[in-house]
Amino acid sequence: MSTPTSTTTPTTTGTTGTTTGTGSSVLTVAQLAAALPGALRKLDPRELLATPVMLVVEIGAVATTVMSVLDPSTLGWLVTLWLWLTVVFGTLAESVAEGRGKAQAASLRELQTETPARRVRGSADQLTYTGNLTDLPTDEVPSTSLHAGDVVVVEAGERIPGDGDVVAGVASVDESAVTGESAPVIRESGGDRSAVTGGTVVLSDRIVVRVTSEPGQSFVDRMIALVEGSERQRTPNEIALNVLLSSLTVVFVVVCGSLYFLADYSGAHQSPLVLTALLVCLIPTTIGALLSAIGIAGMDRLVRRNVLAMSGRAVEAAGDVDVLLLDKTGTITYGNRQAAELLAVPGVTSAELAEAALLSSLADETPEGRSIVTLVGGAVATPPGATFVAFSASTRMSGLDLPGRTLRKGAGSAVAQWVHSTGSPAAHASVAAIEAHVQHVSESGGTPLVVAEQVGSDPARLLGVIHLKDVVKDGIRERFEELRAMGIRTVMITGDNAVTAAAIAQEAGVDDVLAEATPEDKLALIRREQQGGRMVAMCGDGTNDAPALAQADVGVAMNTGTTAAKEAGNMVDLDSDPTKLLDVVEIGKQLLITRGALTTFSVANDVAKYFAILPAMFVVAFPDLDVLNVMRLSSPESAIVSAVVFNALVIVALIPLALRGVAYRPASASALLQRNLLVYGVGGLIAPFLGIKLLDLVISHIPGL
Amino acid sequence: MSEIVPTLLQVAVLVAALGLTVPLLGRLLAHAYTSPRHLAVERVTYRALRVDPDADQHWRTYAMSVLGFSLVGVLALFAFGRLQEHLPLSLGFAALPTDGAWNTAVSFVTNTNWQWYSGEAALGHLMQMSGLTVQNFLSAGVGMAVAAAFARGLARRGGAGRVGNFWADLVRTVLRVLLPIALVAAVLLVVMGVVQNLAGPHLVDTLTGGNQAITGGPVASQEAIKELGTNGGGFYNANSAHPFENPTPMSNLFEIFLILLVPFAMAWSFGLIVGDRRQGVAVLTVMGLLLAVSVALITWAEMAGPGTAPQLAQGALEGKEQRFGTAGSALFAAVTTGTSTGAVNTMHDSLTAPGGGVALFNMMLGEIAPGGVGSGLYGMLMLAVVTVFLCGLMVGRTPEYLGKKIGQREIVLVAAYVLTTPVLVLVGSAVALTASDGLAGLQESGPHGLTEAVYAVTSASNNNGSAFGGLTSGTPFWNTLLGSCMLLGRFLPMVVVLALAGRFATQPRLPAGAGTLPTHRPLFVVLLSGVALVVVGLTYVPVLALGPIVESLS
Repeated sequence: MSTPTSTTTPTTTGTTGTTTGTGSSVLTVAQLAAALPGALRKLDPRELLATPVMLVVEIGAVATTVMSVLDPSTLGWLVTLWLWLTVVFGTLAESVAEGRGKAQAASLRELQTETPARRVRGSADQLTYTGNLTDLPTDEVPSTSLHAGDVVVVEAGERIPGDGDVVAGVASVDESAVTGESAPVIRESGGDRSAVTGGTVVLSDRIVVRVTSEPGQSFVDRMIALVEGSERQRTPNEIALNVLLSSLTVVFVVVCGSLYFLADYSGAHQSPLVLTALLVCLIPTTIGALLSAIGIAGMDRLVRRNVLAMSGRAVEAAGDVDVLLLDKTGTITYGNRQAAELLAVPGVTSAELAEAALLSSLADETPEGRSIVTLVGGAVATPPGATFVAFSASTRMSGLDLPGRTLRKGAGSAVAQWVHSTGSPAAHASVAAIEAHVQHVSESGGTPLVVAEQVGSDPARLLGVIHLKDVVKDGIRERFEELRAMGIRTVMITGDNAVTAAAIAQEAGVDDVLAEATPEDKLALIRREQQGGRMVAMCGDGTNDAPALAQADVGVAMNTGTTAAKEAGNMVDLDSDPTKLLDVVEIGKQLLITRGALTTFSVANDVAKYFAILPAMFVVAFPDLDVLNVMRLSSPESAIVSAVVFNALVIVALIPLALRGVAYRPASASALLQRNLLVYGVGGLIAPFLGIKLLDLVISHIPGL
Repeated sequence: MSEIVPTLLQVAVLVAALGLTVPLLGRLLAHAYTSPRHLAVERVTYRALRVDPDADQHWRTYAMSVLGFSLVGVLALFAFGRLQEHLPLSLGFAALPTDGAWNTAVSFVTNTNWQWYSGEAALGHLMQMSGLTVQNFLSAGVGMAVAAAFARGLARRGGAGRVGNFWADLVRTVLRVLLPIALVAAVLLVVMGVVQNLAGPHLVDTLTGGNQAITGGPVASQEAIKELGTNGGGFYNANSAHPFENPTPMSNLFEIFLILLVPFAMAWSFGLIVGDRRQGVAVLTVMGLLLAVSVALITWAEMAGPGTAPQLAQGALEGKEQRFGTAGSALFAAVTTGTSTGAVNTMHDSLTAPGGGVALFNMMLGEIAPGGVGSGLYGMLMLAVVTVFLCGLMVGRTPEYLGKKIGQREIVLVAAYVLTTPVLVLVGSAVALTASDGLAGLQESGPHGLTEAVYAVTSASNNNGSAFGGLTSGTPFWNTLLGSCMLLGRFLPMVVVLALAGRFATQPRLPAGAGTLPTHRPLFVVLLSGVALVVVGLTYVPVLALGPIVESLS
């Protein structure tokens, strides 16, 4: 059994995990059908005001409808139909993206059913100073009437009525409904594990909770709003892109509007219907239609990894992060130290030392003790007559007493003192060897445990040193290298001394270290980086992390952390896995890349559309322009309809990409740009030539064209 | 074919001359725009103008100074035009009509130098020297000052919207850069045979027995700044095709050199001002690439021009001066439209259809390759911001240029800039080709007529000022339309550029890392060129299709 079980992520997922896990990447017909009513509701022009590109398409669709009613033609009705479909496909994309959060919201809502709460009688400020809260009289009130400052008592089997902090008692709590983690967690008063979430269930014992949220503003309420997208505010970059898309739209409105007059001058009159079709093909409908879906899906991807972002702004900021502050313990190293090697003194064989180390640790249930057993080859049966000597703060040793043999392991000075007390000469040769080993281990960032043995009543002798080290997580070095390639600097934060910290930092490959860090140091470091114009991300759980979490541009609070930490951060990781910070950065980048890639694709598409529509418009007046009909489309009408149909279908084809996000591999900016330009720029240039040609082969058979 | 060698040779000489002088002038410019010290002559000027040259102006104040100064310029020139008959050295010419005087005033203050009149047949020496030539210096200085303010905005951190001092920028540009170079250039032009006097017209008997009035005048002094400041307004109607303005192939090449000198040097100085020479070189490279392509295309079109007559004559010779040859004319045409100069040594109306199309497209690019003095630089930088925004997203970061984030407010300003000229050109063309007054000015009908009108509106909106010819533009309709295009096409973008400079100056400057999009590498040069071509191409393809493209294909 390997020791680091405490950090492996659970395989079982709770309600939230399962509901979001289905249909994660494939877009099913059922999903589309379910999203359709929502899509049709979004056709309301007031809803479309937020995306001017699609509003222009809708106005165009209304215009061509009127024209087709007044002057019916096959071309007119086909164009009208596909313009409407273009708008619907756009709203459908948004509706599908929102739909994915709906199921999750529904399961969260179940937590909000009104439960009876036992409120301690008395005013809030009076209760602050009361010592024995458990014995106070309580009233039964509905959970929805609780306000911040109220104090409630919750017993085993009851549901916690609201968010709050445990002020008395300790209990195991089932939080699977919120976090998806099935193992119960301990919540106790004081310290960093005092926060409880409304809707979770107390499994054992009895706690007193001071409520910290007002009705309707609890953590679960916010989660529901977030996953449903109802509270979605457009993020700065999304707004900026929208401005650019709107200005492109204005340019093309002017282009098509002026073309009406220029064509008239040239004796090649163009109907408003054809100009509308040209306009819709030219304006960036692909990205315009998918823009909000991309944003919603980005938040959704975070939710799928059990991270709740309190705003989309934070997700975007994550993509911009320059510096990551990472806590050593739990992020870079496994949470506890492990035995890595045995160093025997001269005259003692490795086997002897191993046996002594094993025996002395057999009954040692600390993670360190178990790791020693694992290192030397696994547990053996406890010898008969053995008595375990537990570690105590005064002796700073633990060990095993056998008949006629005593084994001890512990801190170097403590063991040395013990050995000396048994009558062993202080200047023994092995003492020097031990001191050398101890120094070596300390310098490499480890913790030395000295092992000694006393046989019978002879003087005890030193056997060797067990090297306990902070074990750097598998693959973390590679991840830091990826981050470096992305231009992100990593700083390890630790309470260790500088020597130990530097050794671990070197092994893990972080760029910088903040050793013996206090919360004030952390805050100061963040301020310093920000003054240099860099964006900082960090994660934390303790109340003393709260100022730093609030100061950081991206602050991920652990769900196991205190309410103060969760309030200060702009994201909460429900799994409480600090490594998640790296995922958050990647999701932020992926979100921006998806927007950029689809914008490039959309603009690049215009080239082919010109080649389809311009010859179609003017070939009658200027037969020479037929040269530009490089796709050899069968007729002007078919060319126009093919371009419009392609324009609409490409939206549907790209919905899965918008929801999933474009493939992202950590790499330098130049490498990423080259790859994405090739795929979406050059691809966007070529794809419509093929698509429009294929559509023309089919559409040209429609009678009346 | 025998023209190939001289063609390449003149390009080689030009590139070598620019390669030697651009870095030097770039350094001089960068020093002028960053040095805290004033020259004695400058202090006197500031005292006379009653301005404080050390006041660091907020961008709004800077913009108001630009607008106020230009308004005074327009009023002064308008007065010159309307009062000409009462002024000395008027050579007996009458006052200009109201619309014409306004058009000319706007034209020279906006650095456009569109001329609806024939210089030698409408204007006296005083108007030419004290009116037009003075504005040639000042309008160039204003454009360069705005570009300098923009570069400073990018270079500063936490500048609270302050972008420098307009008066200091203007005075230093004129006194330290334009006047000395123009003086030397004018002398050299005189040496090359350009006339310079204050005489009245010479009456001569021609070989055929008729009479001709030959007007001399202060030509060399105006010619020098006309090219150096990318102004382009000729002393004579024939502009640089006139032997008194541009007598030899040598003077032709020298004038081309003068046109390109400052626009390229501004790009170089930009790199120095923002503290990273490579940034300036990247911008300069894009300018050079686009210009090289257009030179090659026009030269090819004019040498291998379609049509029977050009094929027989081994080149399209109509409208060209024999002394410059096809190559010298094509090079001049590409350079004068690639910068916002608008001087011509050949009649653009007579260029082949593809050649004229490229000249038109050069202006549609927004005068960025290398563009007008100052305006070329800020125009190119605006496109750089667009490029960074589109491509920056694809590297997964909020886009930033030179460490300045491009957020919502910045992109609103950039969008306003990018929108202005296309809207002016397209709406203006539609109006011109619909209104009967507009159509009345066209010489040709069909695609070539369309090109004439679109060329005029494009030339005015982009402050180029070159005329396609064939268009009778001295009517109230055309004077008003083109005057409005020049005014809006100059000052709306300038205000936007200054506003953006203020935004950038306020921002901190973020350090660049492996995750930021590098803007000095070849990849960015390719991207910026691509964005310039695609954005402009998508906007103007329908217009071009109905004009030069259909004409080329027939």
